[in-house]
Amino acid sequence: MEVVLALVVGVIIAGALYLVMQRNLLRFVFGLILLSGGVNLLLFTAGRPIRGAPPLVPYGLSEPAGAVANALPQALILTAIVIGFGLTAFALVLLLRAYERLGTLSTDELTARVAEPRPIADRGDGEVAP
Amino acid sequence: MSWVLVAPVVLPLLTTAALFLLRERLEAQRVVSTTSAALGLVAAIVLLGRVSDGGIQVVQFGNWSAPFGISFVADHLSAIMVVISGVMATAVAVYALRDLDPARERLGYHPVFHVLLAGINGAFLTGDLFNLYVWFEVLLISSFVLLTLGNRREQLEGGVKYVAVNLVSSLIFLAATGLVYGTTGTLNMADLAVKLPQADPALVVTLSMLFLVAFGIKAAVFPLFFWLPASYHTPPVAVSAIFAGMLTKVGVYALIRAFTLLFVGDVALTHTILLWVAGLTMLTGVLGAAAQSEFRKILSFHIISQIGYMILGLALYTPLGLLGSVFYLVHHIVVKGNLFLVAGLARATGGSFELAKLGGLYRHRPLLAVLFVVPAFSLAGFPPLSGFWAKLVVVRAGLEAREWGFVAVALVVGLLTIYSMTKIWQAAFWTPAPEGTTLRDDVPRLLYAPVIALALLTLVIGFWSGPFVALAQAAATELLNPAAYVGAVLGPEAAAQLGGTP
Repeated sequence: MEVVLALVVGVIIAGALYLVMQRNLLRFVFGLILLSGGVNLLLFTAGRPIRGAPPLVPYGLSEPAGAVANALPQALILTAIVIGFGLTAFALVLLLRAYERLGTLSTDELTARVAEPRPIADRGDGEVAP
Repeated sequence: MSWVLVAPVVLPLLTTAALFLLRERLEAQRVVSTTSAALGLVAAIVLLGRVSDGGIQVVQFGNWSAPFGISFVADHLSAIMVVISGVMATAVAVYALRDLDPARERLGYHPVFHVLLAGINGAFLTGDLFNLYVWFEVLLISSFVLLTLGNRREQLEGGVKYVAVNLVSSLIFLAATGLVYGTTGTLNMADLAVKLPQADPALVVTLSMLFLVAFGIKAAVFPLFFWLPASYHTPPVAVSAIFAGMLTKVGVYALIRAFTLLFVGDVALTHTILLWVAGLTMLTGVLGAAAQSEFRKILSFHIISQIGYMILGLALYTPLGLLGSVFYLVHHIVVKGNLFLVAGLARATGGSFELAKLGGLYRHRPLLAVLFVVPAFSLAGFPPLSGFWAKLVVVRAGLEAREWGFVAVALVVGLLTIYSMTKIWQAAFWTPAPEGTTLRDDVPRLLYAPVIALALLTLVIGFWSGPFVALAQAAATELLNPAAYVGAVLGPEAAAQLGGTP
């Protein structure tokens, strides 16, 4: 079980790294989403998954009978999923804004576009407003 | 439960809630934000007093005993960092009163600023690795918002780089945390200090390198610093000053914590790598600065070179070296934050951050020139300012450890720092203003207040360095004796397992 999961984590992270290294920023974010999925699965695997043994204490006992699944990694993953969701949402909105203002999502062109003259409506903080 | 220990985190969070309720009332927001920042400073000083008198303070949340629940731990290093973050928060909150445009305030600058503070202080105080990850994310997402607030083109472009690199670093941190848990079965840092030496040494070194990369990106060390000069000069001054002062230093703090408490099994290997990282960080940062001609970009590159000194002290891993690291952290946060604020004043007076468009500030505003000289010369290490003592301690630690090459690098970097500072001095303050620029007189007086206060603090650290060195020494002693930390969190039996005195 763990070997299979470890291989799956490896494949997912390899795919994610391929996407992260792309020049298109949207693909970069897709890579990031995949990467965070892979890392979550890694957390799960590191917690030694045990099939079909919920961590419940039977009635009348003070500790579970026999080996049970570890619940802590799942709590960690839940936290990580929520954080990852927030960060991904922010990254997507940032890209949308960048695309609106700069007109490109290519990492090569992004820097060049900033140097272009600003629209008059932009007050700008580089210089003091007149 | 000691409220003093959680106040630096709870206070900003409550303030955030209050500020959201006051959404439409900017004047009230300003009052609440500044008051809360000042109260946070007071709470932090009380905490430092408790730590000095009563040793390491610990809180176990929900009364879950140590390895099972989440612990907050304040040793000298944590308490010092919380105090200095309180100082910077107060200074920046006051500066923001006049620096920020109402549009950005309406978009939520004040509440997000306090979330950032909660994240920073939480990272300093937590004693749990996964909790550290959570606080990193809290400060990260609020820094994203602050960095891009206002949606200017430069901000978006810088923001994309900043966000991208930091998200990758967070995922590396998370993966490393998961693997540490898989290796040891615990996430409590004190418990890890006990259990990591029992794990496979090769595995532990591998994990330590994952953490080095994750924290190294946050701390902007060589070769992982490119996001910093690409983004720190784009937001308003009130934002970039707190970033420059605090954010990378959270990464440095995490590195110090990880490589004194957790990964000390193979010092010969890990700390030699740190040594090279430190040397190259100093060198590349200062050379990058020499090539720049924009006020805040020069300062941004100098953040990187100065971080090299802090890592150098850590890498030497001697009492004097760590003393130097901690003293350097304190000195650097005050000085660098202040220099960014001075850059803001220079722009408000001269109209630009570009050195080519600035000039004549010395004749126009002698006070501003003095306020620049104090932190700038301190950064360069002129005696008797704070930077001189910081550099002296680190260099002396290097000499005692017989690392001649790295000492030489540190000294050369100091010289090149003087070059950068005199470049700014000459272009912005000494030479007459370029044709066609008018120097303004209507700079709000309040903007000077935090700059003067921080400059005075720099002088105090320089002239009365005794108490500050004593605090840094207490921190260094604790860092080199992890048993004290472990004993405070887990009890004397665990400390005895580490073979030290609790």
